[in-house]
Amino acid sequence: MSRLNDYDKAVETYEPVLGLETHIELDTNTKMFCGCSTAFGAEPNTQTCPVCLALPGALPVANKAAIEATVKIGLALNCHIAEWTRFARKNYFYPDMPKNFQTSQYEEPLCENGYVEVAVDGVDYRIEIERVHLEEDTGKTLHVGGATGRIHGATESLVDYNRAGIPLVEIVTKPVPGTGALAPEVAKAYVAELRDIVRSLGVSDVRMEQGSLRCDVNLSLNKPGEEWGTRTETKNVNSLRSVERAVRYEVRRQSALLDDGVKIIQETRHFHESTGETSPGRSKEEATDYRYFPEPDLAVMEPSREWVEELRAGLPELPRKRRERLQATWGLGDKEMQSVVNADAVGLIEATVAAGTTPTGAVKWWLGELSRRANEAGAELGALAITPEQVAELQGMVDDGRLNDKLARQVIDGVLAGEGSPVEVAAKRGLEVVSDTGALEAAVDEAISANPAVAEKIRGGTHAAAGVLIGAVMKATKGQADAGTVRKIILEKLG
Amino acid sequence: MSDRIVDKTAAELAADIREGRLTAVAVTTAFLDRIAAVDGTVKAFLHVDREGALATAREVDEALARGEELGPLAGVPIAVKDVVVTKGLPTTAASKILEGWIPPYDATITERIKAAKMPILGKTNLDEFAMGSSTEYSAYAQTVNPWDTARIPGGSGGGSAAAVAAKMAPLAIGTDTGGSIRQPGAVTGTFGAKPTYGSNSRYGLIAFSSSLDTPGPVSRNALDGALLHEVISGYDPRDSTAIDAPVPPVVAAAKAGADGDLSGVKLGVVKEFDQTFDAAEPGVVEAYRQAVEQLAKLGAEIVEVSCPSFSYALPTYYLIAPSEASSNLARYDGVRYGLRAGDDGRHGLEEVMSLTREAGFGPEVKRRIILGTYALSAGYVDAFYGKAQKVRTLIKRDFEAAFERVDALISPTTPFIAFKFGERTGDPYQMYLADLYTIPTNLYGGPGVSVPVGLSEGMPVGLQVMGPVMGDDITYRVAAAVESTQDTLLADTAPEIEEQ
Repeated sequence: MSRLNDYDKAVETYEPVLGLETHIELDTNTKMFCGCSTAFGAEPNTQTCPVCLALPGALPVANKAAIEATVKIGLALNCHIAEWTRFARKNYFYPDMPKNFQTSQYEEPLCENGYVEVAVDGVDYRIEIERVHLEEDTGKTLHVGGATGRIHGATESLVDYNRAGIPLVEIVTKPVPGTGALAPEVAKAYVAELRDIVRSLGVSDVRMEQGSLRCDVNLSLNKPGEEWGTRTETKNVNSLRSVERAVRYEVRRQSALLDDGVKIIQETRHFHESTGETSPGRSKEEATDYRYFPEPDLAVMEPSREWVEELRAGLPELPRKRRERLQATWGLGDKEMQSVVNADAVGLIEATVAAGTTPTGAVKWWLGELSRRANEAGAELGALAITPEQVAELQGMVDDGRLNDKLARQVIDGVLAGEGSPVEVAAKRGLEVVSDTGALEAAVDEAISANPAVAEKIRGGTHAAAGVLIGAVMKATKGQADAGTVRKIILEKLG
Repeated sequence: MSDRIVDKTAAELAADIREGRLTAVAVTTAFLDRIAAVDGTVKAFLHVDREGALATAREVDEALARGEELGPLAGVPIAVKDVVVTKGLPTTAASKILEGWIPPYDATITERIKAAKMPILGKTNLDEFAMGSSTEYSAYAQTVNPWDTARIPGGSGGGSAAAVAAKMAPLAIGTDTGGSIRQPGAVTGTFGAKPTYGSNSRYGLIAFSSSLDTPGPVSRNALDGALLHEVISGYDPRDSTAIDAPVPPVVAAAKAGADGDLSGVKLGVVKEFDQTFDAAEPGVVEAYRQAVEQLAKLGAEIVEVSCPSFSYALPTYYLIAPSEASSNLARYDGVRYGLRAGDDGRHGLEEVMSLTREAGFGPEVKRRIILGTYALSAGYVDAFYGKAQKVRTLIKRDFEAAFERVDALISPTTPFIAFKFGERTGDPYQMYLADLYTIPTNLYGGPGVSVPVGLSEGMPVGLQVMGPVMGDDITYRVAAAVESTQDTLLADTAPEIEEQ
């Protein structure tokens, strides 16, 4: 393992320069160059044909829906859409790539020169976009028989070509200097923003856990006033949290090397989800010459200006605008809204409010109890097994006085355990505030007789002492009493 | 002699079948029997599908008995170059790397042949992956020239040309990347047409050079070629480079040409080609010059045109075609189909891929993969591939300028008659010269045909007619006019091959 510097110390000495390459699988019905289905999770090699298996003689035909989706992404990222663009072949041998070349774009990408603005700690960062281009995904290789699941030591390699040929959009930023200590947060915020933009366009489900959004993180360090350093490219950083961790790790690792006077090698590195570390991949000696050349099997594309403007006019409200609108509607302060964004809860809260709850109630659950549960599980908030509609239902029961907060948390346990909706869980588990005053009065009487000294104090005017009796009653009713009501009864009896 | 079924042209056979004088089964059987009798000598076929061909023939006879209307070539058998994919029939591209591969799908032109109810006799030999001018680079068989069995049948489509020349098939499919239909046609005394690029679908044609490959007809005369051309031609949405436009009226043009009147037609002779005639065989040049005189007698106006960039066509081709081929042939890696070598548990994945390619590809294919890989390499791509693309543009402009002045260009098809086996395999450049006159058309994308015009040293010589993009009809008209001057079709004067 590499020696690591303390992060805060590292960013006192060095300035990071970020670069991000993001691959997004489009959710077109069919693949990029053939009519095969793109549905996720089918039996291996059932969604293939002569074209995506690269049988002799088969030819590609470009998917118009994928081109349209890419232009929309380019427009949403403020890019120029090329008047003349074409595909290119990227030649390299790998068994999960049927043709042993990837049909991609090289010198003539579909979209160029855009930008995205992201806010971190109230400061806006403008991330310049170099290019957005369209290509095809590869298949998946499974190496069997080795200890590591990697090719070395494997006895067999199995390939699933279902993914081969799924349209993939690559979005490449220009180098991003000037983020300082916030580089990890800026990187994460950029990927999150990109994901939200793409999701708002409805062109991909952008699910990092399913690999439909994948990220490569470039990072270099330099001392203030000096030239940019040599960068490393960390591949397959596949969650927002990992983006942040990968940047942080590379800052710590590279700064330690630079402190020791060691030169950074330009290399590809792998990110390890389990440890948060990166390790070297392909070295420079093995660097591939991709021998790019224009794809002669596909016609040149010339997106007409009318069509581009039509698509621009049809763009939906983009996330930044939407957040501003929702913040105003919900009446949240900047800091609170930032927390909502950081927790990735904008959509969840919007849906919860839409299901009939007040913004305050929705924010309370998602940023409070549910964020805590997500952190415990190491999962994204949206991956929790509770829907916005269920959260709205839960808050509705609290508003009606049928649940108190403590009971509500137990109901959440049940919902997350898959026991049903909040109403169903409450019924099954018998979780409901006791509103039968007869039963409560009996419990209060019992508490008074069990605690005569406390009762005496209350009679003497020390109302604060009522807490002890309330606690006893709550215990006796297993928390199902409403504390306010109990207090009222006690004071009536002893007042 | 002309009573034999196999001596008839495709047009005659089609009429005989349609009008009930012959059954499709009788016709197909005659050609299958001819294959059985002479292909032991000629070795034009890599695979013969007797059962399949007869099944189609029976369908035709049954349909005709029911009074159904069928296409113009229904029941006329055909041979298909083994680089065109045929569902259920072995397709090898004459390469060991595809030995035993049975395609699960049909090429578009195969579908069209089947839809036209033409019995497919079998698959014909070629230079491996269509790379060569003599069919000597086939991994499987040495096809001979029916005019002289010590000589090559041309290439890469030597199998299709020899099958038609030896009357084992009235029609065949060829593919032309740099002359692979026209040059074999010229040296075997048959007719061959490279249609306009994009007018005939490449879907299911095993790729050699994507921007140049064009499938087309091989036949004994222009009319037969035109009939087949119209069966296989036309827009195909599965080929992105296909031209979405009506098929030029080549059958009508061939019929019009047969009346031998070319008055009002301007034919260009290319000055830069004339300058190479010193290096061409005198007999070939002589036959060509006589053909030019004949064309003038038929009323054509002969005009000299200059196409300066044609001088660079050969090197341009040998950068572009191998570059594309190096990428197109990358898929043959032993992972999904075809040969797999070295998979013995001791070799890793990359080694198996490498051993497969080492064992599966022959010398010419390897030479071109290496050439193309080099031409596309970082640091060289601009000087080689990039520059070749620029010259290609200049060649196109030369053609366009020429067609401002003339209706078609004419030239010898190839600088020399069929050479003897082994004569040029030792020096690739000498082999590449065979395509000196055919390559410019491929770089341009227009149509070109080769029609027999005479003999040199007893071997056939071809005339090439080149037309503008989507002007295939003029090439057929001129070719048919040339044929009209011959008392007997040259293709019918080939020496008899002894039947076995």
